[in-house]
Amino acid sequence: MKIRLADIAHARSGDKADWVDFGLFAWNAAGYAVLAREVTAERVQAHFAAWLPGTVDCWPLPNLLAIKLVLRDALQGGGAHNLRLDNLGKSMGGALLRMNIELSDDEWAQCRAAPRVGWWP
Amino acid sequence: MAKTVRIGSGLGFYGDSWEPVVASVMRGDVNYIASDHLAELTLAILQKDRQRDASLGYARDVVPMLMRLWPLMSERGVRFICNAGGLNPAGAAAALSAAFTAKGWHAKIAIVSGDDVLPHLMSATPAMGEFDHLFNGMQVASVSDRLLFANAYLGARPIVDALARGADIVVTGRVADAALFLAPLVHEFGWKLEDAASSIELNQLAQGLTVGHLLECSGQGSGGNFGSLQAWQAIPELAYIGYPIAEVSEDGSAIITKPPGTGGRVNFDTVRQQLLYEVHDPHAYLSPDVVLDMSTIRLDDLGDDRVRISGATGRARPEQLKVVAGFRDGFKAEVTWGFSWPDAFAKTQAALAMVKTQLAEKRVPHEELYVEYPGLNSAHGALAPWPDNADDLNEVWIRLVLRTTDKAAADGFGRLFPWMGLSGPAYTCGFHGLRNTGELLGIWPTLIAREQVESQVRVDILET
Repeated sequence: MKIRLADIAHARSGDKADWVDFGLFAWNAAGYAVLAREVTAERVQAHFAAWLPGTVDCWPLPNLLAIKLVLRDALQGGGAHNLRLDNLGKSMGGALLRMNIELSDDEWAQCRAAPRVGWWP
Repeated sequence: MAKTVRIGSGLGFYGDSWEPVVASVMRGDVNYIASDHLAELTLAILQKDRQRDASLGYARDVVPMLMRLWPLMSERGVRFICNAGGLNPAGAAAALSAAFTAKGWHAKIAIVSGDDVLPHLMSATPAMGEFDHLFNGMQVASVSDRLLFANAYLGARPIVDALARGADIVVTGRVADAALFLAPLVHEFGWKLEDAASSIELNQLAQGLTVGHLLECSGQGSGGNFGSLQAWQAIPELAYIGYPIAEVSEDGSAIITKPPGTGGRVNFDTVRQQLLYEVHDPHAYLSPDVVLDMSTIRLDDLGDDRVRISGATGRARPEQLKVVAGFRDGFKAEVTWGFSWPDAFAKTQAALAMVKTQLAEKRVPHEELYVEYPGLNSAHGALAPWPDNADDLNEVWIRLVLRTTDKAAADGFGRLFPWMGLSGPAYTCGFHGLRNTGELLGIWPTLIAREQVESQVRVDILET
């Protein structure tokens, strides 16, 4: 089945010069197993292709149940050179969470059944 | 009981709120507040201030911030470290000194300077092969006549020295953000810095750097700006957010928490969003003092807004320091124009065509006319699904931005619009920004040999 990254993960984007970077975080280990398989540099580049030209670097971090992504050439030359309202790419984490991924019904059930690792009273 | 050092987060940028710091000082039992006033391009703003008035060029919010905080901090023995000096740390210290003297307050203020490397970049020639753009490899000579500032990121050493000399307040220019937090740990625990060689010594620094990285963005380390589908709504009372506090042990392991009775949330999720923020290779997070590998970090969520962080791995510091320079790179002018139902989107397209016609007929020199639709897709561009009712929207705003190297073209852009209020498409709901030329800045990240910078670093003490 197909879901959005937003359904099993959370994310923050940041900027350094002309590069936007993402931390993408699974809520639990079941979600991380899916992220580690589905979220590759190639797929993220394809996801942003209609909008942004740059290449993507990707580092899986199992200790944090996270994927680190860097999207190059994403800010029209950098924050103070970018004509977009969102000149620093602060909202781009949300654009990443729109990405569709494939997973089995079993995996989807596990992602939802396993509790979050963090403390959310 | 083993010694711990408690550091509270100050500001996360020039313009941030210091009111949450009051809770950290009064109820957070902190020993230090470390405050980061400088984003990547803040120095460009400060450069403009300094051009107007040579006594400026620092982050001016540090003065009212300390007017509010210093009485609370001094009676509790809390020391304050900040990079609000910007391009003019001595100017910041002088302003603080004047304000403190007027109040009759006494403090020992240390000034850390020497991060300015603009002369080095200005004098570079292509033959020298220095200061190439870190990301795209271009030669600095291509922009050197347009450079506005160039500053190296200093490490913790001068701040450690200032603390050793008894400074109550340390004001620096550009230092690595996390060094503001690493320095008091090196000072308090006597960690080796330049001489760190064993894995224990390097890992202590790596932990200290991690703590600094987690605290350098104020509320973003305690539940602010938590990017997620719906989960952000479970974070309580952001209006009363508590900025993060680190309680650090001698081995560098730390508890990240926040003051009692404040909003926000410190948990596994909010902490790791900040941990990876603005990091590139997480196996080699570079700083002037240590190279951090985040892949060994362990986060234990203890509940009750407490997260234990341990296991960071350090490697020897890099031979070169990072420099960020800014250069003038043309102008922009923007107008945002709204239309209501009916045919709102179609009217924006007719308006856009009229603007393009004028730009062509008047031969307005420009490199780009950037167009986006706030409220429709300006945030996510082509990734935002086009609405099914695009022909029937209640209203649509079109934002047109001209990019040009010709300042007169930018200044004149807004004059293309007003007449269309009567002679263009109907039911317009107004123009915004008819006169707003802005200067665009390019950013130039590069590297410099450590000894070229360190030989010019100074620590001066001012007593009020």
